[in-house]
Amino acid sequence: MKRKYRIRHETRYTYAADVVHSHHLLHLVPRPAPYQECLEHDIEICPENHRRVNEFDAFGNPLVRVELAQPHRELAVVSRMEIEVHPRPAVNADTTEAWEKVGEEFAYRGAWPSRDQLDAARFRHESPHVRLKQSFTDYAHDCFAAGQPILVCAERLTEKLHKEIVYAPGETTISTPVTEVLEKRRGVCQDFAHLMISCLRSRGLPARYVSGYLRTNVASAGGEKKLVGDAASHAWVAVWSPPYGWIEFDPTNGCFAGTDHVAVAWGRDFGDVSPLRGVILGGAEHQLSVTVRVEPVDETSVESAMAARSLSTSAERR
Amino acid sequence: MRAVLEPDDLRRYDELNDGQGGMRPHWRELFSRLRLHESPDAVRRSLELTRRLIVENGVTYNVYADPQGADRPWALDPLPFVLPATEWQTIEAGVAQRARLLNALLADLYGPQRLLAEGHIPAELPFGHPNYLWPCHGLRPVDGQWLHVYAADLARAPDGRWWLLADRTQAPSGAGYALENREILEQVHPETIPELSVRRTRGFFGALRSLMLGYAGDEAPLAVILTPGPYNETYFEHAYLARQLGMPLVEGHDLTVRGDTVFLKTLGGLRRVHAILRRLDDDFCDPLELRGDSALGIPGLLGSLRAGRVVLSNALGTGVIESAAWLGFLPPISERLIGERLLLPEVATWWLGEKPALEYVLSNLDRLVIKPTYPNQRFEPMFGRDFTGVRRDELIERLRNRPYAYVAQEHVRLSQAPVWKSASSSELDARALTIRVYAVVTPAGVQVMPGGLARVANEAAADVVSTQRGGGAKDIWVLAPEARQDAGEEFPMPTGKWSANQRQDYIPSRLVENLYWLGRYTVRCENNARLLLRTLAGRSDARVWAHARQTCRDLGAVAPDGDVLDALRTGDQGLHADVKHLAWCAAQSRNRLSARYWRGVVGLQRQMQEAPATRGSSREIYERALLSLAALTGFSEEDMMHDEGWRVMRLGRRIERLQFIARILVSQLTSRHATRPETVEWLLDVCDSTPIYRARYIGAPRLSQMLNLLLYDDGHPMALVFLRRSIDRDLDDLARSLQGERERGVPDVPMLPQGAAERLDAAGPVGEGERAGLARELGELLDKSGELSDRLSRRYFALIDSDAQALAT
Repeated sequence: MKRKYRIRHETRYTYAADVVHSHHLLHLVPRPAPYQECLEHDIEICPENHRRVNEFDAFGNPLVRVELAQPHRELAVVSRMEIEVHPRPAVNADTTEAWEKVGEEFAYRGAWPSRDQLDAARFRHESPHVRLKQSFTDYAHDCFAAGQPILVCAERLTEKLHKEIVYAPGETTISTPVTEVLEKRRGVCQDFAHLMISCLRSRGLPARYVSGYLRTNVASAGGEKKLVGDAASHAWVAVWSPPYGWIEFDPTNGCFAGTDHVAVAWGRDFGDVSPLRGVILGGAEHQLSVTVRVEPVDETSVESAMAARSLSTSAERR
Repeated sequence: MRAVLEPDDLRRYDELNDGQGGMRPHWRELFSRLRLHESPDAVRRSLELTRRLIVENGVTYNVYADPQGADRPWALDPLPFVLPATEWQTIEAGVAQRARLLNALLADLYGPQRLLAEGHIPAELPFGHPNYLWPCHGLRPVDGQWLHVYAADLARAPDGRWWLLADRTQAPSGAGYALENREILEQVHPETIPELSVRRTRGFFGALRSLMLGYAGDEAPLAVILTPGPYNETYFEHAYLARQLGMPLVEGHDLTVRGDTVFLKTLGGLRRVHAILRRLDDDFCDPLELRGDSALGIPGLLGSLRAGRVVLSNALGTGVIESAAWLGFLPPISERLIGERLLLPEVATWWLGEKPALEYVLSNLDRLVIKPTYPNQRFEPMFGRDFTGVRRDELIERLRNRPYAYVAQEHVRLSQAPVWKSASSSELDARALTIRVYAVVTPAGVQVMPGGLARVANEAAADVVSTQRGGGAKDIWVLAPEARQDAGEEFPMPTGKWSANQRQDYIPSRLVENLYWLGRYTVRCENNARLLLRTLAGRSDARVWAHARQTCRDLGAVAPDGDVLDALRTGDQGLHADVKHLAWCAAQSRNRLSARYWRGVVGLQRQMQEAPATRGSSREIYERALLSLAALTGFSEEDMMHDEGWRVMRLGRRIERLQFIARILVSQLTSRHATRPETVEWLLDVCDSTPIYRARYIGAPRLSQMLNLLLYDDGHPMALVFLRRSIDRDLDDLARSLQGERERGVPDVPMLPQGAAERLDAAGPVGEGERAGLARELGELLDKSGELSDRLSRRYFALIDSDAQALAT
């Protein structure tokens, strides 16, 4: 059954001194995908006096560039959207190709590769946050039995990470190397995703990083199950799984990505699609607060009514 | 005159001898003109002159692993490397062709990617390379030109042909050294160069300059050289090129992107930059879109490039094709992209990502060299023959595990060129040699420098030549074809609507700020050294000693809890710290300083570093430091352009001096011993004013007379009135040359009312009151001078924002 969400993602920087000039890149506009449809989206930026340019990045994600040329002590970026997520087509893991074959198909033979193959080839290599090392191959050894279908392996790897890596908010940062995550076996969703990608790519298998949102309160038959994810945005992994193409897994929660997941952008790793990236001049110390609210629209509640009201008041203000 | 060849060397090409007992024809004229047999001293003389010129010109190369310190003098052999005209034509055509081809390759990789789609190249080559910059995909540089400067490393194989070793497409270094080498050899062999019709190389730099200045349309063009800074291994070259090309040398934070335009922050405000010659690796160039941890880049640069508002030479992302893995793929790429057969053969190269290549390489390992596909795999080339037993098995396993990350190349036996054996004889030695040839790619065509940089290993049988590992350089002499008139190779002037006389010497704000603080720290060091010296000199006089020590603490020459006697032992306080700051500012503005100024700074630093260990008296150390500091001031007067930068430096000196005098006078006026002749005399000593005082006044020193001298004597460079006027004059000149509003100076020196002199010298409450009043007024002057310093920095340097931070959520 399809789901509809109203999402509000607020990022607020408070600076101890004037920021005299700054440039920012925003990956906040959800990209179109076969399983989701964005009905409405808008980004509100304060201070209002700024320059904004809409583009697409090299991976096809919508990208917003922002430049602030006036001194400011605070930057607030509020992204709001209404989006429909459809259930993904069922896949039969046993019918996917053997994982070794998936990798071998990329071996260079001097022949014309298919379009899909060329697309997937972009996601097979080291990138700033992803390393290719024997230690990753070894770690995932038990998930990749000889001749096993790729999706079976990917599912095992997802479960393994979910079981063996401790979800530990605040213990890692964006710059924690993925080798350290493997060593300490602790991290947050970005670390889970980078680790899974490293395990796949170290075996020559294409994997990409998906950034987006997660509905954390899920009502299920046995009462309320809570999915974990950052209070901010979420991240998971897409695995190249012929003949189906890209199939998405959420190693932090040990499941397939489904109607609880809303994708915003994808790339080689976090660095390609970080929601808000910038360089500021001045500012001294800064404080950052990020709040994300993912609200199912069909489950009407007091909270969503309030949210709707605050949306309209801010619309009036503008 | 013959080099002795070892058996292994017999398979190498001998550049000098033809193998039948004779000298190759293109060397004969050079050797006959050198007339070595007639004057055996000639070798020694030319070697000495070459070394001297290198030191005098300050030619250095920073070596990362050099225990001797960062800067090593460039090693240049006075014997050039000679190439005949016909041979050169082959090289020239081959290099020009490659430059065109590589430009087309880059345009495809960052554009339609046809080569990938048609299976001409494996995806691993671009996509696995850390310098394939995804944000540059789809970017179209001005005129579709990715490559402006290209260099090819070549070696001569035993068959006598020149082979391509490597392509340099990122930010090829060495062209500046080549120019410098030629300048030095022109002085060593002043007559030989024209007599042999050696082709001139300077036209290359003219072409580069024209190219860089040609993107401004109707505006006055501004092109800059972007350097990672003084700690880079080839910083000398960056500074040298900047001077030769007449382009400002800037660092990332000297530039700022506003909207889609790049600006240089100068003393006179923001100036639009049309072109940037970068010596910074491409992934460091924009912390917003590329490496976020780069403090060296320019946030927003990519946006400006996308908008076509600035030209970057070379474009971003060009480093991807420097990998040796490309070499084997280039012949078919050339057929596909430019429809030409490659003229220069490349060293046989296999990329191990292809299964047949892997198997071939593993069964021929002994005659191959293994190199990395990607620059972030940090290992030196591995010669297969060096690997035996277990190590060989390990190597093979490594290659099998990640074959695509390795490249194998045929082992090239480098040719051998003659070098002087030693300074004492005219005998020659043979050394392995490679050459680097440079090309400027312009929309009108490719211009190859007729010459370049030859590098020799420090042993004959070496197969790797690297400046990082020692070894030396040679100038390349390309002989002109006989019919050729060598005119027209001089600097062509760039064409454009702007006037050639227009001022181009924009001084970056950062440089100005560093010059300002260099001025201030020079005087601060001088003040503190003299203060400490005179204090130590007064040690035997109990009436001075305690007073002087307290003054040292008041003025910060020693730490609040420190002592004069220990001032040299603590490394991070007082004079030590000030000298470090001075050296830092000097390093940051080094390309504005003369070579001897820089040597003076290095010497001063060494004196201070050695000070704690020296047995000699502290007074001697201060004396020597004062001498060195005086020399620096002298050099800045005599060697530097008296331009705005220099003026700001002098303002720094004057403001620092004024503050010191005011501060020490306040300290004296508020001391219990203010009127003691001994303390007054001591203060005159500290202010270097005793001789002048003696010339003006007779009798024991008096406070009022000392004040009269240090406040009002407009002929005395230590007097506040003199300093204030000098500051005013520099502010006037600065306002005039920058055509801006004049900055407010410091207020008048307080006037003493009638009869004040008597009261100042008096004991008791009357004297104390009068002295406190004057101290207050001087305190205000001090505050105002501090405000002036702040205003100067807000106005002239505020554009600097070295505290750029990267944010990410």
